[in-house]
Amino acid sequence: MYTQGLDQAGKDKQLASEAEDRLSAFQARVDAEEKIEAKDWMPEAYRRTLVRQISQHAHSEIIGMQPEGNWLTRAPSLKRKAILLAKVQDEAGHGLYLYSAAETLGVSRDQMVADLLSGKAKYSSIFNYPTLSWADIGAIGWLVDGAAIMNQIPLCRCSYGPYARAMVRVCKEESFHQRQGFDIMHALCSGSDKQKAMAQDALDRWWWPSLMMFGPNDSESKHSAQSMAWKIKRFSNDELRQKFVDVTVQQADFLGLSIPDDDLQFDDTTGHYTFGEIDWQEFLDVIAGNGPCNRQRLEKRKQAHDDGAWVREAAQEYALKQAARTAA
Amino acid sequence: MSKQEWPLYEVFIRSKAGLSHRHAGSVHAADDQMALDNARDTYTRRSEGVSLWVVRSDRIVASDPAESAAFFEPAEDKIYRHPTFYDIPDGVENL
Repeated sequence: MYTQGLDQAGKDKQLASEAEDRLSAFQARVDAEEKIEAKDWMPEAYRRTLVRQISQHAHSEIIGMQPEGNWLTRAPSLKRKAILLAKVQDEAGHGLYLYSAAETLGVSRDQMVADLLSGKAKYSSIFNYPTLSWADIGAIGWLVDGAAIMNQIPLCRCSYGPYARAMVRVCKEESFHQRQGFDIMHALCSGSDKQKAMAQDALDRWWWPSLMMFGPNDSESKHSAQSMAWKIKRFSNDELRQKFVDVTVQQADFLGLSIPDDDLQFDDTTGHYTFGEIDWQEFLDVIAGNGPCNRQRLEKRKQAHDDGAWVREAAQEYALKQAARTAA
Repeated sequence: MSKQEWPLYEVFIRSKAGLSHRHAGSVHAADDQMALDNARDTYTRRSEGVSLWVVRSDRIVASDPAESAAFFEPAEDKIYRHPTFYDIPDGVENL
């Protein structure tokens, strides 16, 4: 018995050192900018982090269809309607690319959908704000998709191959989204005083929530350091937020709109804009489920899922029947 | 929730005649025809393809990445299969 115990301890030690070797071999691959593919060995925490991030990202695309879908039937012209329809369809597509990438990590689509509907999984805080006027559709394309692009372009170089490839596809399409948003804002800003006021009102309401999209300040961000080491993340939240402010202020100037931040000013020494403090309590409230539209968004998603159940079941029955007929 | 998840299909796109099909991602579908339709709507909304293949993911036979060193080892020591292995004498051209 005693000797067996000794052997076991030796074996545990050996297993532990093997695990360490695998971990450092994995990190070496990541450091060498090699892509990690679905069936490759990876640390469990790497897999978990990716499943969480990719599925959250997918859920955001799916929930993100709602605020814009809200204006499909009330778009001001047939042209705007066709464009918005294409954009909302793209969001669905992005959700599907991302679910497909997450599934390569061994999580099922049904599980991810269930986690979204039960409220266990999160999605981007931005989609819990209401779209009150047509100008909000412009502001979402310009600001929300603009912020998303800042976040997503570095993800095209993420260490996990299937995620990186999905992001390449997403980014190509996202650029159309941002331009169509800016085009709506530009049209409104070139219009009547009332139209311009509508654009300003939309900017006033969407500016701060857009800055929150980059997540907490670096000092508060709990997953950041590890994600950077794994090259899932390439830039910190604050770096990306700064980039976004720098490019967007100039675009607002062009439109003749003013950014709703009294502290905003250009710093000659750094070459960047400094800006006011974000209301982090608001951010935390929205994340915790108490934003203006959280409940409505989830209820709508649940209803759509439940209403579609008979279609999914019928399609499956039909497929089984056809297969049985072919076999006979 | 549907009683059972629809099967997963891998999607391959030929972007134009003359090029091979290339893996794009995957879709769920109840049957083969629906897999093609879903793949079209998901992966070719901007005319990215002239031909689509879909194949049930569970029908793909794949090599094991953990065994890849041993699996591909037979090719490792046959450097004479590459043209760069051979010295070309000075004065010989277009070889």
